[in-house]
Amino acid sequence: MKLSLTINGVPRSVTADDAGETLLTILRREGYSGVKKGCGAGDCGACAVLLNGRAVNSCLVLAAKADGAEIITVEGLAMGGRLHPLQEAFLDEGAVQCGYCTPGMLMSAIDLLTRNPDPNEHEIREAISGNLCRCTGYAKQIRAIQIAAKRMRDGGDD
Amino acid sequence: MTRPSERGFAIVGKNERKVDGVGLVTGRSKFVADLLLPDTLHVKILGSPHAHARIVDIDTTEAEALGGVACVLTHKNTPTTRHTTAGQGYPEPSPYDVRMFDMKVRFVGDRVAAVAAGSEEIALEALKRIRVVYEELPAVLSIDDALRDGAPVVHDEKDSTGIYDAPRNIVADVDIDVGDVVKGFEESDAVVEVVCETQYAQHTPIEPHVVLAYLDSDERLVLRTSTQVPFHVRRIVAQTLDLPLHRIRVIKPRVGGGFGAKQEVLVEDIAGLVALRTGRPALLELTRAEEFIAARTRHPMRIRVKLGAMEDGRLHAIEMEAFSNTGAYGAHGLTVLANTGSKTLPLYNKAENAHFFGRAIYTNLPVSGAYRGYGATQGYFPLETGMDELAEKLSIDPIELRRRNHIRLGETSPIFEKLGEGREGVPQTVKSCELERCIGIGAERIGWSEKRGKRVREGPWVHGVGMSIMMQGSGIPGIDMAAATIKMNEDGSFNLLIGATDIGTGSDTILAQMAAEVLGVPLSKIIVTSSDTDITPFDVGAYASSTTYVSGTAVVRAAEKVREQILSVAAPLLNSTSEGLTLSEEAVKTPDGQRVGLDRVCQRAMYESDQFQIAATASFVPSESPPPFLANFAEVAVDTGTGRVEVLHYVAAVDCGVAVHPKLAEGQMEGSIVNGIGYALTEEMLISSRGRVRNPSLFDYKILGALDVPRIDVVLVDSYEPTGPMGAKSVGEIGINGPIPTIANAIHDAVGIRLRQTPFTPERVLAAMHAS
Repeated sequence: MKLSLTINGVPRSVTADDAGETLLTILRREGYSGVKKGCGAGDCGACAVLLNGRAVNSCLVLAAKADGAEIITVEGLAMGGRLHPLQEAFLDEGAVQCGYCTPGMLMSAIDLLTRNPDPNEHEIREAISGNLCRCTGYAKQIRAIQIAAKRMRDGGDD
Repeated sequence: MTRPSERGFAIVGKNERKVDGVGLVTGRSKFVADLLLPDTLHVKILGSPHAHARIVDIDTTEAEALGGVACVLTHKNTPTTRHTTAGQGYPEPSPYDVRMFDMKVRFVGDRVAAVAAGSEEIALEALKRIRVVYEELPAVLSIDDALRDGAPVVHDEKDSTGIYDAPRNIVADVDIDVGDVVKGFEESDAVVEVVCETQYAQHTPIEPHVVLAYLDSDERLVLRTSTQVPFHVRRIVAQTLDLPLHRIRVIKPRVGGGFGAKQEVLVEDIAGLVALRTGRPALLELTRAEEFIAARTRHPMRIRVKLGAMEDGRLHAIEMEAFSNTGAYGAHGLTVLANTGSKTLPLYNKAENAHFFGRAIYTNLPVSGAYRGYGATQGYFPLETGMDELAEKLSIDPIELRRRNHIRLGETSPIFEKLGEGREGVPQTVKSCELERCIGIGAERIGWSEKRGKRVREGPWVHGVGMSIMMQGSGIPGIDMAAATIKMNEDGSFNLLIGATDIGTGSDTILAQMAAEVLGVPLSKIIVTSSDTDITPFDVGAYASSTTYVSGTAVVRAAEKVREQILSVAAPLLNSTSEGLTLSEEAVKTPDGQRVGLDRVCQRAMYESDQFQIAATASFVPSESPPPFLANFAEVAVDTGTGRVEVLHYVAAVDCGVAVHPKLAEGQMEGSIVNGIGYALTEEMLISSRGRVRNPSLFDYKILGALDVPRIDVVLVDSYEPTGPMGAKSVGEIGINGPIPTIANAIHDAVGIRLRQTPFTPERVLAAMHAS
């Protein structure tokens, strides 16, 4: 099955091997290996990507349903060699330990900040509640998202 | 105490960006499954449906005939060497009781066969076509079952070795005495005794176990694997597959968490054999369900603790008796059990009489193994809830009772020498201990004196506060070895080659910080290569809270040797001798202010005069294991209507020596505390009456998400460990031990119940409230 996707701003024509194939499988096969698989059941959030601007677990999305959609993966965040303010803040705050949940967590955070540039702590917790992390206690990710939100509001370039 | 910066450190003690951070936040870092090779085979494992059975026959004809199947492995066509999956130093203190594939299966999920095929779908289809005839055997499904006279024998095979008493299902036995506890209890004014049980729990690293095996151009086997122990993987796979060790290369790329689960060789042997048999790359990645069913768990334990004290609160006798369920195989059975005593009892060194007795038991249940905390987590539950009960009995404040009894600077405990890592330990005195300050800071932060015993009500919720204290260790003295190599480049940068294994802990970063500190360069001038058995020197790997202390000391020593070489090359450039020269800001300096850049120094060594490679290797084996110390405080609310427990605030004040990277150290604490709160309140593998894991998913096995986590204050209390690299000791494990006893004690403060079984679910809390 031929599908047309726009991935990180680039139109792509990709082939799904069968009708049951998930967006996660397709993205990883196409080389977007920043999209991680942690459970394959929508429980951990490691595979989150933006589908038409909203964070979704790509392991739960049939590839066929994404035909024509705009997809942003973690690989699409840094622009022109410059890290996204969220990526900068994650590095500054020590919010990355093993980094396996980080791509999915970043996508959930971007979804949040796009809709709500000034979220309170509870809103941040809600936004990343589907992204399980076993290394950190979430405190540093929450702090990083707060800092990135502030930097973006204060005239960041994003 | 002075802060790191006041000790003159330029880089140690600073929150540098992680050296692997940019790759991780951009998704560019390649974890094992991110880098497949052309023609890669996908491997799937057939697990046993029975808890205990003999394989009478396996017919793989139909599976092999399926198009796309390249290889089917069973006990009929694989090596039969007994070994252990436990990635420990050699000879391993775990029994050799595992075969790659056995003729008997010992738990639901035990390996029966494996298929390698061109796609995952074909491999799964082929598994369905394997015909297995089992003869079911009576199963052992609890510690009590296993110990019964005439119980089925889990390991009745003749060729296993290192089992303490196989016919009685006893993996290991530990029994040590200090003084005379019987007399000690007789002499005590107050005695309390508690029995606690802990549950099956899983590490759940978000990245499952995964390995890519392939043959390189010289037909050597390369294992690119998600492991904590690359050098142990090489040795154990060589042993299992009967390959010369030099024919194997193990590479650890970025790893998505371990927590002990990846201190095991669970996937590398199968993928390796597939690659050898087929000549094709082979990927074996466990599913989340397989992680729960067939990977490793924390040893469930039943532990009895008896404490005897004099009227003034001074402990006089301590006894701990632990029964540990290792499941179907004995990986880490002895050492986890020994640590249950050795990492807890020295904390209360005032007791003249102590006894530790423990047995690790085989059952036909999921296999236990290493898990952050490594037995201490289980031991602190009865010890620290017992101390709370003793305080109540003596009418002494729980903090005060601990203050009168805990180990202090300059003190020792006979337990250090009597009980080590599954054998005798080493004598040591405590050379850094800020536990008193940890307790004081924690008590103030939680509001102990205002909140303790107040039982404030808000509707059905009642508030309470509780505390506990603990210690851990820093590596395994006399056993753990780490090595580091540093070589210099002519732009004044350095390659740091370390066997140490960064599994998300940040060890690449903190070890580079230590090297940069000694060599007087910014972190960017240290290029880290870690965990490749062809390239880096040996290191036991990431376990036993060893990396900062053991690997760190190796790095500092290697850097000091390189510094000496640099100074000797620089001396003629400065018309000086090495004496009095210093190294900082990327230059060698004389006392009178002359300087020469490091690039210039290396250029001379490489191209100009008496040429040689400025480089050094150093190793370190610790002679002691300095404990980090921790005081935990929690405020909880208990819903008296439903039994639900909410942690409102958690404070952890820790003495980990100098924190080389404070934010990473905090991260170790925060992560281990959150894991510990899950272990205390929600995480439990449910097992059916036939031995099957009933909740093998992250939906049904509840680990905490961002909405479930309370406010956690981690306080890194200034401290300096004189035997440690730059004053550091460990911080990786200790935090996970805190939540169970701390929350249990806080629940008691709120509603007066004593909980003896984890996790503290609403059902158990309600039942205890109704019973009291």
